[in-house]
Parts: sequence; C-alpha cells; structure tokens
Amino acid sequence: MAEPAPGRRPMDLDRARTTRGTVHVIPERCKECGFCVGYCPEDVLAFSADSNAKGYHYPVLASGREDACVHCGFCNLICPELAIFTTELADDAGGTTS
Amino acid sequence: MSGSAPIIASTHPNDGLLRADRFPHILCPGCGIGTVIHCYVDAMAASGLALSDHACVSGIGCSGRAAGYVNVDSYHTTHGRALPFALGIAVYKPGMRVTVISGDGDLAAIGGNHLIHAARRNVDLTVICINNFNYGMTGGQAGPTSPRGSVASTAPEGVHDRPFVLPDLVRAAGASMVSRWTVLHVRQLRDAILRGMQKRGFCFIEALSPCPTNFGRANDLGDGMAEMEVYRERCELADGTPGYDALDIDLTDHTRPILVGDFLDIERTPYQPVGEHTA
Ligand code: SF4
Ligand code: SF4
Ligand code: SF4
Repeated sequence: MAEPAPGRRPMDLDRARTTRGTVHVIPERCKECGFCVGYCPEDVLAFSADSNAKGYHYPVLASGREDACVHCGFCNLICPELAIFTTELADDAGGTTS
Repeated sequence: MSGSAPIIASTHPNDGLLRADRFPHILCPGCGIGTVIHCYVDAMAASGLALSDHACVSGIGCSGRAAGYVNVDSYHTTHGRALPFALGIAVYKPGMRVTVISGDGDLAAIGGNHLIHAARRNVDLTVICINNFNYGMTGGQAGPTSPRGSVASTAPEGVHDRPFVLPDLVRAAGASMVSRWTVLHVRQLRDAILRGMQKRGFCFIEALSPCPTNFGRANDLGDGMAEMEVYRERCELADGTPGYDALDIDLTDHTRPILVGDFLDIERTPYQPVGEHTA
C-alpha cells in the first residue's frame, strides 16, 4: 500500500494488520462494464484474454498483482451483475501481521 | 490485457437476497441500475431484519425491473404508481420496511404527483430514485430531470426546459431524509439506504446512474465507465442542505461540481392515517 504523507503516518502502522483477500468471479454473469477493474484501489484486476459465452471479457488477476487484494469489497459492491466478490484470507495463508 | 485466473465461482454470497435464477439480468452493460439493486440487497442484509420484513415496489421502466430481481415480497406496479402501492403496504403493515426502487421518469413524471404528496404526508417509505436523466427503456426520450442542454431523442437540439432537481423538490414537499449519491459512491449509497430503512418517515435517495445505451450515447458521454469518470471528476460533497441552483446538474459545464451528500435528516411525525393502524 502507498506510504502515508509525512506527518500522517499512523503510529501503529508497523503493527497494523493488512487484510488480504481472495478474488472469486462468476464469468458468465459479467458484462465487461469495467467498474471493478477501473476502481479497484490496489489495481488487482484486469480483463481476461478469453471471453464468456456472451462475448464479454471478465475480470482476472492482473499480472504481478495476484497477492495484492486487500478484501476492501469495493469490486463486489459496485458490480451491477453480482459477478465478483472476495473472501478474507486467514492470517496463516498470507495475511500480514508484523 | 490478461493475467492469472481468479477462483471461478458459480454463486454470489448475496444470491439468497436475489432471484438469482434470473441472473444475468436484462440491463445493459455499463448500466448503473444493477449496482443500485446490489446496494439495496446489501443494506437489506445489514438491516438485520428477516426478508419477510422487507418489501420492494417498483414502477415501469428499466429501473422498474428492480423489484423483479429481489427475493422479498415485491411489486412491479403500473407506470408511476409505485408510491400508492407502497403507501398501501406501509399503512397496512407498519412494521414492514417498504422500499421503492424506480426511475426518474416513473417517479417524477408519470408519478410526480404521488411523489410530492407521499413526501408531504411523510409516508414511512424509503424511496430510491435511480436518475439517469432520460427514459431509457423506451428509447432515450427527454424527461423532467433531463438537464438543460442535454440531447434526447425527443430533444435533438437540446432540452430547453428547467428540470426538476429531485432532492430539492422532495425536501420542499416535506421529506424527512434526503440524499443524493451516484452509483460510484456505493458505500455511501448503501449506508443511506440502510438509514432510510431504519428511519420512520419519507426517506428519499437519488442515485445518479449511467444509461450508456441512450442518455450516454446521445450526449457523447461514452460508455458506463466514462460516465462514472464524470462523477468521479465532478462530484463534490455538499455542506448542509443546498438549494435548487447548487444542486442543478449542468453536464456541458465541466467546471461546475455535481453536488452529492446526505442533505437532510430531520424528525417529523410520519403519516399515520386515522383508524386502528398505529405505527
Ligand atoms: S476487494 Fe478491493 S482490493 Fe480486492 S480486488 Fe476487490 S476492489 Fe480490489
Ligand atoms: S463490475 Fe461486474 S460486470 Fe462489471 S466488469 Fe466487473 S465483474 Fe464484470
Ligand atoms: S436503456 Fe439505459 S437505463 Fe435501460 S438498461 Fe440500458 S443502460 Fe440501463
């Protein structure tokens, strides 16, 4: 995640736990509106190379961002088709607690 | 662009709140109505009430499809008459959380009289008006919310009329709660819907939404994502309760903000007709 502006750095940032998420997609519901891809704050998503039965490219994990989802839920709530959601990864499965 | 595959799912965690067997719905790619339906079912889940305590009423039009996709008692009513149907439920079942989801044409034109009088009486309803500035389903005709200067199939030279500014209209008519968000502001929209469900009285939430197929195309706004970008660039959080001029939307003037926010939240006695039905 981006480093906070100088003076705005939370004192417990080193100890704060960053939530991690796993992305789930229902390709056949997607209509390629792009809301999830465009507004994911962590740039986790990209469009698939192949398409679903109706010809739409659905979201996949962008290369290099496979582990970047923070489970914020924005892609889920903004999807007009309810075609994408995330689940929280347990700490021992890659969540960071430092 | 491509990347590695996400986990492929066949159902969504909110499917139980929806008539998921009817998905994918009929709405166009890039249309914001599905996002409003999503925010509504999310608020419904957050309300902590049983599905049997919720009812959803829609009128006619693309937004009028909403009631047909949610897994609660729902009514797809005649054109403009969502509010009288909803009033009937609210009066007869005062414990029920009745939400109206309908479009600007249905609620403000054909049903305009019902809108001002439901607000005046402070009927215990949550009304989500999906405003896409035109009649989408019937081919992009101008309506009472089409901004001045915008092009519609019935206004090829641009709309000349002064539009309704719905948050200002319902506030003046007597609503208890008034908000305006866009389908980009999903968290605020969901939270406003939830507050409306929890509050007694007439709660009105305008949800500005792209209609790329008609309004967007006629006005060179591009696809749904491009109209979302207009909202991202131009929306500003309003202070207090702005009036007509501040809330009026001018799509041609890119220096003018589009005001969003929770404009009003007051306590007023909700509509309680005489008789044995007391809230
Ligand atoms: S949950 Fe948030 S971070 Fe994860 S993919 Fe969705 S929008 Fe991106
Ligand atoms: S928001 Fe939904 S419909 Fe739009 S591209 Fe993403 S998954 Fe597809
Ligand atoms: S015509 Fe417009 S409002 Fe209707 S479904 Fe298509 S984009 Fe949405």
